[in-house]
Amino acid sequence: MSVKVKPDICTGCETCVSACPFGAIEMKDGKAVITDACTMCGACVEACQFQAIEKTIEATGPAKDLSAYKGVWVFAEQHKGSIASVSIELLGEGRKLADKKKAKLSAVLVGSGISSKAQELIAHGADAVYVCNDPALEHFNDDSYAAVLTALAQQHKPEIILAGATAIGRSFFPKVASTLYAGLTADCTMLDIDDATGHLHQTRPAFGGNIMATIVTPNHRPQMATVRHKVMKPAQRDDSRKGEIIDVKYTPSGPVRTKVLKTVDELTETVNICEADIIVAGGRGLGSRKNFLLLEELAKVLGGAVAATRGAVDEGWIPYSHQVGQTGKTVCPKLYIACGISGAIQHVAGMQSSETIVAINKDPDAPIFNVATYGIVGDVTEVLTEMIKKFREVRG
Amino acid sequence: MNIIVLVKQVPDTSEVKINRETNTLIRDGVPSIINPFDMFAIEEALRLREKHGGKVTALTMGPPQAAEALKEAVSLGVDDVVLLSDRAFAGADTWATSYALSMGIRKIGQYDLVIAGKQAIDGDTAQVGPETADMLGIPFIAYIRKIEKVENDTMVVERMMDEGYDVVETSLPCLITVVKEINQPRVPSLKGKMKAKSLKVTAWSAKDVNADENKLGLKGSPTQVVRIFPPAPRGGREMLSGSVADQVAAVAKKLKEQSLI
Ligand SMILES: Cc1cc2nc3c(=O)[nH]c(=O)nc-3n(C[C@H](O)[C@H](O)[C@H](O)COP(=O)(O)OP(=O)(O)OC[C@H]3O[C@@H](n4cnc5c(N)ncnc54)[C@H](O)[C@@H]3O)c2cc1C
Ligand SMILES: Nc1ncnc2c1ncn2[C@@H]1O[C@H](COP(=O)(O)O)[C@@H](O)[C@H]1O
Repeated sequence: MSVKVKPDICTGCETCVSACPFGAIEMKDGKAVITDACTMCGACVEACQFQAIEKTIEATGPAKDLSAYKGVWVFAEQHKGSIASVSIELLGEGRKLADKKKAKLSAVLVGSGISSKAQELIAHGADAVYVCNDPALEHFNDDSYAAVLTALAQQHKPEIILAGATAIGRSFFPKVASTLYAGLTADCTMLDIDDATGHLHQTRPAFGGNIMATIVTPNHRPQMATVRHKVMKPAQRDDSRKGEIIDVKYTPSGPVRTKVLKTVDELTETVNICEADIIVAGGRGLGSRKNFLLLEELAKVLGGAVAATRGAVDEGWIPYSHQVGQTGKTVCPKLYIACGISGAIQHVAGMQSSETIVAINKDPDAPIFNVATYGIVGDVTEVLTEMIKKFREVRG
Repeated sequence: MNIIVLVKQVPDTSEVKINRETNTLIRDGVPSIINPFDMFAIEEALRLREKHGGKVTALTMGPPQAAEALKEAVSLGVDDVVLLSDRAFAGADTWATSYALSMGIRKIGQYDLVIAGKQAIDGDTAQVGPETADMLGIPFIAYIRKIEKVENDTMVVERMMDEGYDVVETSLPCLITVVKEINQPRVPSLKGKMKAKSLKVTAWSAKDVNADENKLGLKGSPTQVVRIFPPAPRGGREMLSGSVADQVAAVAKKLKEQSLI
């Protein structure tokens, strides 16, 4: 594959220079020249009004026998025996992809004392569940989890493997992809099968959410992707569904070199912000820990979770595990209420895909209003006090 | 203790804007910086060196101008730098990047620990750390917020998880990625800046690190970007007006209608 400028057509307008997300186009003697920084994304091809840039695609890389790979797999993440909600969402999405491919949907369940959960995965759409149940797998460990999934994938050759873009998924999935020489796309927000080629189209945000990129893996299998919480629709539960449960023996692929000495749950509440449908988030504009309690009260009224900006975390009003944004978590709830948050790009990157955003800020020009569905201009403590009263009333 | 830090030069994404008319990225004047998470990696390496002795080497793969990032690393106190730069590396995805870095690390040789950032802010993939570890055949632990202790050939660290944190023991050498919580990076010293100024960065080519060209750059990358486009703009926003009670009542009504509350 290559991207080339046709110098005889190039007018030197420089539109492509600013269109390139990677700064890979330079002007030389009034013509655009593509440099080594090019990633062949094709943004310049689309931007050029004169069709002076061409992208040619030739087969690259060591093509494997792609036809040997069949079926869609979902890594079913569990925490202390309960299945992560993102895995149920992935079963919903995986079912769609499998149906489009006319293939089987399988789940892979890894842990200790988790066998009874296999049926739940079948009820949510899996045709088969590989269960690897072993006391040695009680705690998440990169070496052992990767060993299980890698061995299974080598043996059964799935075409697609999906996992949640969680701390666990994003930690051990790359290790599996590395060993399998598979393509892996992180943090996808959209998946689809391309009608013409049958490849998986994986779409994800990049550059702090400023652009979206669609990625394919043309010559390697399996096609692997991690997917964010809440972006896919969970599968409907149907307990009458039947499926196959396959027990898998755990054989470490080598010495397990890391050991979990202790696990500590640190969230000040039970709702994991990545999984919450409603999030009430606070920023520095709240002014004090005392006002932060108001926000916690509103969250309680709505049955939602509490999140914060880095500003609020730095003030010490709430632990870091609740931080949303580029250096915190990415959330995608149905409702996000932003209280006293300015809307810095690093914060917005973590919450802009929320379905409905209500923003409260005393400054009508605060950037948070650019992503808000509803904007309330006013003092945050006053608004929160009123909201607690009103929402309680509405909810009855 | 010999430590290798993986440093990536990235455009400062907080400065990147979208031109809403042409739907293209405005990069003019956007400065290149060391990936912010890699600053924590550098700092942690320097602290470990101060405690246990040894040497810190910063490694990057990128175009020739990535040497600037390495100079900045030297100004902060890094002892040695390695730049992997070659046309053959161009267009690499995370797999091919990790392969090149792992070959660079093999050539550097003797190391006890490799530290990378949690993720790079341009791609946000968080894959290069774990993939590089796998290719080196060493253990990997993500999201480290604290190194509790280093003793002989083992290290105990705190790893951030979605629900809290784990205390994990690992054998050395290993590769870790670090999060913001781990430290507060220092600023360059005057002496460091002088050293950086006079530094000549020499680049290693694919051949220099004995890399298989079929696994490098675009050719070696399993994934390809087929399309880049701006995110769909959010549906119309509505600024409410009136007293606080009016505004809240209006929002409550709308949220109720959408069965959100
Ligand atoms: C590399 C990097 C990574 C970062 N990562 C993150 C991240 O992951 N998450 C994150 O959140 N930030 C992150 N930041 C920080 C980010 O740039 C902002 O500094 C931060 O989000 C600001 O937090 P804030 O909105 O709470 O505070 P501020 O920016 O101080 O905003 C407070 C807002 O409250 C309003 N206000 C004040 N008083 C009242 C009142 N009485 N009533 C109503 N409104 C009021 C003000 O008008 C203002 O808009 C990062 C920064 C960098 C450089
Ligand atoms: N080209 C590169 N050169 C050196 N280190 C890199 C490179 N790309 C990624 N890294 C390291 O890997 C981490 C994760 O990057 P990424 O997987 O791109 O999100 C970064 O914080 C760096 O420490």
